Amino acid sequence: MGQHVIKMPDLGEGIAEVEVVAWRVQPGDAVVEDQVLADVMTDKATVEIPSPVHGTVVALGGKVGESLAVGAELIRLEVEGAGNAPSTAKAVAPAADEPADLPHGFVPEPARVAEATASVAQTAPAVAPPAPPPSPSRPAPARAPAPAPALRAAGEKPLAAPAVRKRAWDLGIELQYVAGSGPAGRITHADLDAHVAGHRAGRGAASDTRYAELDGEEAIPVIGLRRKIAEKMQLAKRQIPHFTYVEEVDVTELEALRGQLNARYGEERGKLTLLPLLMRAVVLAVRRFPDVNARYDDQANVVTRYQAVHLGIATQTDAGLMVPVVRHAEARDPWSSAAEIARLADAARQGKAARDELSGSTLTITSLGPLGGIVSTPVINHPEVAIVGVNRIVDRPVVKHGGMVARKLMNLSSSFDHRVIDGMVAAEFIQTVRGYLESPATLFVE
Amino acid sequence: MAVTTESTTLLVIGGGPGGYVAAIRAGQLGIPTVLVEGAELGGTCLNIGCIPSKALIHAADAFHQAASYAGESPLGIRAGAPTIDVTQTVAWKDGIVKRLTGGVGALLKKNGVTVVRGWARIVDGKTVEVEAGGDAVRIRCEHLLLATGSVPVELPFLPFGGNVVSSTEALAPATLPEHLVVVGAGYIGLELGIAYRKLGVRVTVVEAAGRVLPAYDDDLAKPVAASLKRLGVTVHLESSVLGLADGGRGVRMKNGGGEESVLAADRVLVAVGRRPRTDGYGLESLLLDMNGRHVRIDNQCRTSMRNVWAIGDLTGEPMLAHRAMAQGEMVAEIIAGKRRHFTPAAIPAVCFTDPEVVVVGMTPQEAATLGMDCITASFPFSANGRAMTLEATDGFVRVVARRDNHVIVGWQAVGGAVSELSAAFVQAIEMGAQLEDVGGTIHAHPTLGEAVQEAALRALGHALHV
Repeated sequence: MGQHVIKMPDLGEGIAEVEVVAWRVQPGDAVVEDQVLADVMTDKATVEIPSPVHGTVVALGGKVGESLAVGAELIRLEVEGAGNAPSTAKAVAPAADEPADLPHGFVPEPARVAEATASVAQTAPAVAPPAPPPSPSRPAPARAPAPAPALRAAGEKPLAAPAVRKRAWDLGIELQYVAGSGPAGRITHADLDAHVAGHRAGRGAASDTRYAELDGEEAIPVIGLRRKIAEKMQLAKRQIPHFTYVEEVDVTELEALRGQLNARYGEERGKLTLLPLLMRAVVLAVRRFPDVNARYDDQANVVTRYQAVHLGIATQTDAGLMVPVVRHAEARDPWSSAAEIARLADAARQGKAARDELSGSTLTITSLGPLGGIVSTPVINHPEVAIVGVNRIVDRPVVKHGGMVARKLMNLSSSFDHRVIDGMVAAEFIQTVRGYLESPATLFVE
Repeated sequence: MAVTTESTTLLVIGGGPGGYVAAIRAGQLGIPTVLVEGAELGGTCLNIGCIPSKALIHAADAFHQAASYAGESPLGIRAGAPTIDVTQTVAWKDGIVKRLTGGVGALLKKNGVTVVRGWARIVDGKTVEVEAGGDAVRIRCEHLLLATGSVPVELPFLPFGGNVVSSTEALAPATLPEHLVVVGAGYIGLELGIAYRKLGVRVTVVEAAGRVLPAYDDDLAKPVAASLKRLGVTVHLESSVLGLADGGRGVRMKNGGGEESVLAADRVLVAVGRRPRTDGYGLESLLLDMNGRHVRIDNQCRTSMRNVWAIGDLTGEPMLAHRAMAQGEMVAEIIAGKRRHFTPAAIPAVCFTDPEVVVVGMTPQEAATLGMDCITASFPFSANGRAMTLEATDGFVRVVARRDNHVIVGWQAVGGAVSELSAAFVQAIEMGAQLEDVGGTIHAHPTLGEAVQEAALRALGHALHV
């Protein structure tokens, strides 16, 4: 029996680190040649790592989500024949016939990490954690000191009766990591109890299922649209020094107008939400603050301002966040904008949106409607330089002309790229938007 | 042809020991299950394998015993020369088979399994079509379990038909031949060859390897070879059959020296092994990963296609009913959401020759190949009182244990009725027993089991009766 170490392959693209996104095998599993062992991900692609040999998994090189250097030990297999790695049996756990030198106590989960680390280093012996105090419900027999339960040497199969094995599977415990106190290291039901108790020591009664400790975990590979979103968000946050500006807007008049418009034209033109009216306000405001309707190429150090206002509308779909684009918002009346938003949102949710309907925006609006909260800190849609966030509308008492009146108030939470937008410009831009929204007649005048 | 469509959670193709056990267990776990079988329930095992062969062997033993009383008998029993009505023997065997297959049907019904009679054809990994009586039913399933078993290997130069038979026909003879030539001295060939010999048939065995039971080691094969000689079975080793001789009344054979000869024979049993049943039901359309001739599976019996499972002989050696049963039970439990793996410490193999042979776990040679430092010890039945009273003093029990911690890794035995010792052997290994555990367990006297305890004691250096 030898050991075969599979190292993290160089996946090209000049990258030095690769993320493990899923283990397809666990220690103790038998694997055959070409069986997929793990999914790993570079910033370009997810790659399956197949096994070049038949064997049994001894150790995994890391946890899901960990990044491993190219060339680091990915997985260690026990194989027929010599294998390709020096055995680390002694380093991992002393052989069972040297009880005097044994680390006392069982070695729980961290041993796995220790073992993997030790295997990578190939020299340092893994140090087992000290023994936990004996469980109060199971005092050690008084007649003799309990023999130190030993973990078996690497490559040694755990010895346990079928009933113990079955119970371990049910508990989701790898017997490989359970110390056996029986003769020849046999794992008993009591050893399994001790292993479980060690994991939940001092953490309350186990019998109440409402408070039962749950150990399951699910690895969800970040792929497809979710991966795109993750990359885009990371890029935006890494590149852009955001600042967020929040202002309160009195939308009492705007809501009243919206009600009238919907009552009068709703049947023939469709009902308006607040969004198309806000879009109009933004279109008007960027005429005075063209810096905001722009894209910043920070590689070339060029900010490009646009006459056209292509408004990205952040939209939640089943697959994740998408930003369909209402093109030439400056050329649309509120009903035209509303119809276009509805059409694009529908296409995005059904996965039918075309590529150019999902790209090319010059400024983005994000709104969660009634879920909008009171304040948000929107992330700029890189390479744009601003994003306007809409919070929810609430009825609040407001002091007006010396008296208390009920008004409809809404916050706008907007973020800007501070590299190219100064605080003053941002504030004036938002105050301008606010002005249009609070005096809605102006939306239709200019 | 009318096509109806049904759907289920688990669809099992094949009603042999693997398939029917999987279906029963799935039924117990509340999984909607359909089992498709084109022939009788019970598969090879119940219909044309394990059970009928044991029935025939028992009848042959009884006849042989009776015949031994016809002359001088050491026991002092005198009887007239017996005769046998083979038709009646086969009918008796059929009765047992019918009781068992009927029992399987009842168990499936009791556990809510729908049995569809007809030959399955795989449409895709989730759809199977079954034709029966001109109608077809199309069954959609979430999980497809392949349990199609195996078939006897046919020699191209000695095709089945006429006087050339497989084990299937040999288990249901209409008449007894005068001279039976058995091609292959593996366990199937020898079990049947010895039974026929005991029924009074002249038997010749032709084997290409240098000894009988080539899959077992020399020590285990020797008592069987001696028994064959005593029974009067002619054995040609290092010899191969070339084909039928003129007129089909014999076979042409070439011995180790290259000399050709003709063996006259009125029946030829070809028992050169079994191969997975992979043809004729659309398996190839799934493009599953194969391992040679059998379907490749992992230790949960998953094939390379998601939710397509395979168990039993289809998945290769060891082709044993009890392996298929354990796999079937496990797959049902995995589908029901339990965490299970097929990782037995040992799978017992029994050869019902005379004497019987049992192999469980590692032989001394296998342990040595793996670089394991082991102690081996045997206890002969010639030193066992019960064996003497049974006139079965041939053979021994052998134990293989690790030298460092005395954990038992293998048991082998040859002798009369040692098949029943397999339970003790496999249990000791699964429980992780050490030599001291078996040596320290009181075994009933006088039984053959004492030899098990004595073998363990002998390995520890203090056997009492040798």
